[in-house]
Amino acid sequence: MMRRGGLILFLALVAAVPLFPAFYLTMGSYIGLYSMAALGLVLLTGVAGLTSFGQAAFMGLGAYTTAVLTTKLACSPWLTLLIALALTLAVACLLGAITLRMGGHYLPLATISWGISLYFLFGTIPALGGSSGITDIKPLNLFGLELRGEGFYYYLIWAVCLASLWVTGNLLDSREGRAIRALKGGVSMPEAFGAGGLRLKNIVFVYSALLACLAGWLYAHMQRFVNPSPFGLNQGIEFLFMITIGGSFSVWGAIIGATVITLLKTVLQGILPTLISHTGNYEIIVFGVIIVAVLQCMRGGIWELIERFLPPKADKPIGQASELPARVQPPRGAPLLRVEEVRKEFGGLVAVKNVSFQVAAGEIVGLIGPNGAGKSTMFNLISGELPRTSGAVLLAGEAISGLKPAQIARRGLSRTFQHVKLMPGMSVLENVMLGAYLRTDDGVFAAGLRLNRASDARVAAEAAHQLRRVGLADSIYAQAGNLSLGQQRIVEIARALCADPLLLLLDEPAAGLRFQEKQELAKLLNELRDQGLSVLIVEHDMEFLMNLVDRIVVMEFGQKLAEGLPQEIRANPEVLEAYLGGI
Amino acid sequence: MDLSIILILAQDGLTNTAIYVLLAVALILVFGVTRIIYIPQGEFVSYGVLTLASLQQGVVPGTVWLLLLMAAVAALMESVRLFSEGALRDLPAALARILLLPAAIALLIHFCAPLRLPLGWQVLLTMLIVVPLGPLVYRVAFRPLADAPVLVLLIAAVAVHFGLVGLGLLFFGAEGVRTPAFSSAQFSLGALTVSGQSLWVYATSLVAIGGLAWFFGRTMYGKALRAVAFNRNGARLVGISPSMAGTLAFALAATIGCLSGVLIGPITTVYYDSGFLIGLKGFVGAIVGGLASFPLAALGALLVGLLESFSSFWLSEYKDVIVFTMVIPVLLWRSLSSVHYEEEQ
Repeated sequence: MMRRGGLILFLALVAAVPLFPAFYLTMGSYIGLYSMAALGLVLLTGVAGLTSFGQAAFMGLGAYTTAVLTTKLACSPWLTLLIALALTLAVACLLGAITLRMGGHYLPLATISWGISLYFLFGTIPALGGSSGITDIKPLNLFGLELRGEGFYYYLIWAVCLASLWVTGNLLDSREGRAIRALKGGVSMPEAFGAGGLRLKNIVFVYSALLACLAGWLYAHMQRFVNPSPFGLNQGIEFLFMITIGGSFSVWGAIIGATVITLLKTVLQGILPTLISHTGNYEIIVFGVIIVAVLQCMRGGIWELIERFLPPKADKPIGQASELPARVQPPRGAPLLRVEEVRKEFGGLVAVKNVSFQVAAGEIVGLIGPNGAGKSTMFNLISGELPRTSGAVLLAGEAISGLKPAQIARRGLSRTFQHVKLMPGMSVLENVMLGAYLRTDDGVFAAGLRLNRASDARVAAEAAHQLRRVGLADSIYAQAGNLSLGQQRIVEIARALCADPLLLLLDEPAAGLRFQEKQELAKLLNELRDQGLSVLIVEHDMEFLMNLVDRIVVMEFGQKLAEGLPQEIRANPEVLEAYLGGI
Repeated sequence: MDLSIILILAQDGLTNTAIYVLLAVALILVFGVTRIIYIPQGEFVSYGVLTLASLQQGVVPGTVWLLLLMAAVAALMESVRLFSEGALRDLPAALARILLLPAAIALLIHFCAPLRLPLGWQVLLTMLIVVPLGPLVYRVAFRPLADAPVLVLLIAAVAVHFGLVGLGLLFFGAEGVRTPAFSSAQFSLGALTVSGQSLWVYATSLVAIGGLAWFFGRTMYGKALRAVAFNRNGARLVGISPSMAGTLAFALAATIGCLSGVLIGPITTVYYDSGFLIGLKGFVGAIVGGLASFPLAALGALLVGLLESFSSFWLSEYKDVIVFTMVIPVLLWRSLSSVHYEEEQ
């Protein structure tokens, strides 16, 4: 109720600004425009863990495109909007394609350079008016009617801004949005469930650029005048400051930050020069100090402070019975996973030497070995994290060696991580929902416009079902980060189950667990086998595996040392030698 | 365009290169040791020039006040930390460690500034003022964020850049300065005239690079820094303190920045905000080296320097556009040639 009340209050405030003197109306329009550019940055920086200094440059691209085309070629502003968006799309795709494959710091460096050159271009190309800019841009028109008046543009800007806010919020609460939120922890987890990390990063970068371009287009028609100075690198930096102060983890942080920075800048520009008795942009000192302080003391920004006083968000609705498409599981005992003569060399080191083994449907196989035996390398060769040197891995008769993790996930392999990879700030339910990424196909557009509700509710129902299956029915709405390590491991299993796998691959599931937690985990895996699930466990805890698995494969020094029933392995002198160094 | 113009442009380009190489080295060093993309590096260049120019006029440079201010902030932060840890006993010693050196430097400058010492001494005093600012910036802004993701450090670096540029304006005003040349000699080599100043730049740059090579190759501290850049956790495990390494890296970066400033002061007019673009051009060089390889970065700096001087001849208005647009093809090349890798935060 309080959240809804706050929202209504905020909307009423936005609607009431034109009642105040004209100065506030102008400020309000600017805040709306800056909020849109900052919103893109929230998605990029706060959510996906990338960053860009190019928002002001994309705004400039939008503003200059429409300024040139409407004044020089008398184009309709509506046509120039499409052209500006297309141009931005092209530039953003190019920059993204070049930089996003590499480390996270190349995007900011590329956007700094690109932003600076665009700024200088605006200022030097004579056709763009040089530093004095372009004047007499046409106002917007509708059916031959010219739309003028500051009040009109204020409401238009805020309508577009609030719409972007709604779309962004919807996007984050969707199949693609959950995968985007997972990007911050590295791409290996979303890719293990079939979400292409590079594709998602490109989507986020392009989306944020388009928002900035839209703001720039509005800016040009509101001002009816453009010059280079509002699109320089300093403005791009200020957008980053806005989301830092406002809170980069929430869409509301963009609006709060845009408001705070815009008002603060106006106030400081009034006070500081008289205080110092020289003109100059001294406010940047204050901004610099505030941002460093915010980063050191409250990294969540102002929104995090506000959030503390708000009641928790409403729980995500869970639909009726799950109706997601399911795979046909192979009959018990049929060959499922075949590892054939797989070899992996790192330079001169042979980490895995021509190892072969099989997993049949409906059985639990343990892959064990002392430290450094090559188990984890073997695991990564099966899951596709590492490319093999030679040999083949087949899942249900189909070769999966040589495929990327996302493609392997599509063929029915689902995994957990040795170092738990959950999104700690999200609910357990949402974490598990990510597992079903490949079972629905709602795209970005459907999500933004909220057309995905029905299928999202089905996914939520499936996730809840899997959570009940693993015995975590009580923790569905808990924050994943608040669970114990043992419970987090089980959430990872539920997430893997949510993908409806043919084979479940567990990476040292017992590592770091207490005795009781290990027993509960073993009990759960036993139940899952009884329900027909096939599991391959990589583990070095013999104790944990002995009473659980059907068969054991032992590796040492990259080679298969033994294979057999647990009691055979227990009596095998070579295994004892490897583990205990001889008795 | 004849040979003599080509030679003059090449000479200009090499002079710029000498500076960009130094800055690129500093940026790679700071990034390797602390993971900070050190945007404010350029501010130390302008601080160097502006400080030297003040000393030339016999006035106490504004950076002295900045030094005292930063030391006071560091002392305040340390007091708060010790207070919250209940270790007030250690306070006097901690404050002395932070405040004594800056105070002594300020006193020294106060007496020496009106004396108008010879240029060499003034350069020394300039270094004495500007270099301690590096470790202080690290201490105040970055050390409390040591465990933060690269992204947060980058935002902090940009904020520090804003702060230092604004303080530059506050302490030095908006007027540009030029410092006197180290040497007004001119040498004729056939068609080419070489100025004594550019020889100074080449020589100092080479000596500085040689010094750094010796430092990293031969001394314990240099090896410790390399160890931290190579593997942060591993270095910590063998007893290299990350905060010591950060302080040292920032001190070196400030030294390099200030030295670059002193070198270019006689060549170009420097304003309070000129350092930023100079620093970014060093970055372009560093990016060519993937923020990791010193020789490649030097090659990148050479490319930037020559591109800049030749484009200033043909298309002087588009000089900066050309230099910064070059980053895009460079990144494309790196993206195609480098191994695809992922980083986690």
